[in-house]
Amino acid sequence: MDLESLYQEVVIDHNRHPRNFGRLEPADRSAEGHNPLCGDDLLLTLRLERERISEMRFEGQGCAISTASASLMSEAVQGLELRAACTLLERFLKRVTDPAAEASPELGKLEALAGVRKFPGRVKCATLCWHTLKAALNGGERNVSTE
Amino acid sequence: MSSVARQPVAEGFDVERLRGDFPLLTRRVHDHPLVYLDNAATTQKPETVLRTLDDYYRNTNSNVHRGVHYLSELASAAYEQAREQLCALVNAASEREILFLRGTTEAINLVAGSYGGACLRPGDEVLITEMEHHANIVPWQLLRDRCGIRLRWVPINEHGDLIWEEYERFLEGPVRLVALTHLSNSLGTINPLRRVIQTAHAHGAVVLVDGAQAVPHLPVDVRALDCDFYAFSGHKMFGPTGIGVLYGRESLLEKMPPWQGGGDMIKAVSMEQTTFNDLPAKFEAGTPHIAGAIGLGRSAEFLAGLDRAAVLLHEQQLLESALAACKEIPGLRVIGEPHARGGLFSFVLEGVHAHDLGTFLDHRGIAVRTGHHCCMPVMRHFKIPATTRVSFALYNTLEEVQILARALLEAQRFFH
Ligand SMILES: Cc1ncc(COP(=O)(O)O)c(C=O)c1O
Repeated sequence: MDLESLYQEVVIDHNRHPRNFGRLEPADRSAEGHNPLCGDDLLLTLRLERERISEMRFEGQGCAISTASASLMSEAVQGLELRAACTLLERFLKRVTDPAAEASPELGKLEALAGVRKFPGRVKCATLCWHTLKAALNGGERNVSTE
Repeated sequence: MSSVARQPVAEGFDVERLRGDFPLLTRRVHDHPLVYLDNAATTQKPETVLRTLDDYYRNTNSNVHRGVHYLSELASAAYEQAREQLCALVNAASEREILFLRGTTEAINLVAGSYGGACLRPGDEVLITEMEHHANIVPWQLLRDRCGIRLRWVPINEHGDLIWEEYERFLEGPVRLVALTHLSNSLGTINPLRRVIQTAHAHGAVVLVDGAQAVPHLPVDVRALDCDFYAFSGHKMFGPTGIGVLYGRESLLEKMPPWQGGGDMIKAVSMEQTTFNDLPAKFEAGTPHIAGAIGLGRSAEFLAGLDRAAVLLHEQQLLESALAACKEIPGLRVIGEPHARGGLFSFVLEGVHAHDLGTFLDHRGIAVRTGHHCCMPVMRHFKIPATTRVSFALYNTLEEVQILARALLEAQRFFH
């Protein structure tokens, strides 16, 4: 359980230089995520085009894991059909929470976050943005909290 | 405080020998020697407390105040002896003023529920401060919602000290109770309690002190302080978890109604009514944490056996040396600079989120606390989402401070 398995190069890089950081105005969908324990706050804004996520931005503050996760997620879901985004979302959540889940090529760069599985206290950092994305896509509950 | 730290450590304070009393300190974490700097969350336990707990369950275990048999008498005597040890530790006037409860949280809830429920009226004001732990906020909010009291907050300044003028101004109102911490668990601030209490009394308010962080570090004398209630937890003073103390002035405890009902807190129960027991049993419903109380008695004795002035000096030295090391680290900001500070401080490190730092340090064997430390109002005051907190105990060493300082620099390189 070494530190490098949690903070892989990709993670450190996306924390240093978050991609798609910012806010879309106007946006078709948005949702906020909070992790009161760490004080993390996140705002996701999305634009949709014919059942596809055409653009996504995130802003807020968080640790390296939560920032990298949001940044990697934004790269992964832009351009995806909504159905495909939901599938990816479930696959990612399973990968980081289910010890039996194995690496899958569909996760691509997101696999770099799988190291959190061995750090129970940090899993929520990686999943916050994905739960927030779910809320945004469902368009229902717009305020997500890890607690 | 800073001037004392320059003086040499008093004769007879041997930190290495003391460490030898704490078996857990010898363990390794992630292949490094443990550097335990999370003492404000909970402290490690000395051999004497561990042995007392083990011995109680092996040789004495029995219920208290219930049987005439030999073991029950032994257990009852040990339980009451523990009360005497706690009474002596805080210099209460009588054992009747020492209630064994689950901890600080339960103690404050008892005062809010019993004293608050019976002695406060709608419109009465309860004063707390911006630096309180959630344990000294939420019970008052619950009371407010139940009984219509008004809850007011004394603000703190940028140093992390109470703003005295504001405190005095608030006391002009119908304040009936002031509840504040002795030593802040997020900023380290030591409040000027005597002055706070005198002034509150002059305005007819009673004072509850949250002593959770103070008891392991400062000698506490409830009669010299003249406080009305003083709450503290066993696990933060080298004792077991699940046990703590509420000191209450006898005249107040007498007029307060019981808080929970059950066995031991009664003299006689009929189908119509119940005659309540005398102090302190009136407030100790049900089978108490007997082993815990006896273990806590032993940790009180452990503390009493130390040269407390030397301990304080040692902890101040650790603090001074850590704060000096922090000054050398670019981008490190210590939160607050109170007038008097106990052996703890919180900080933020530019470019490294507290949570990442906590994980990084953990992998060097260093245990610190990260997050909001159950003080969300303090975090809001300083406009920071989360901090890292370093909190010392008597068994920490200057070498550990150096290990921490080196690790902080490494963390900065790692995340940059
Ligand atoms: C200042 C302060 N008050 C109250 C508490 C609550 O203590 P406990 O959780 O032992 O009841 C703590 C510790 O967490 C504390 O630091």
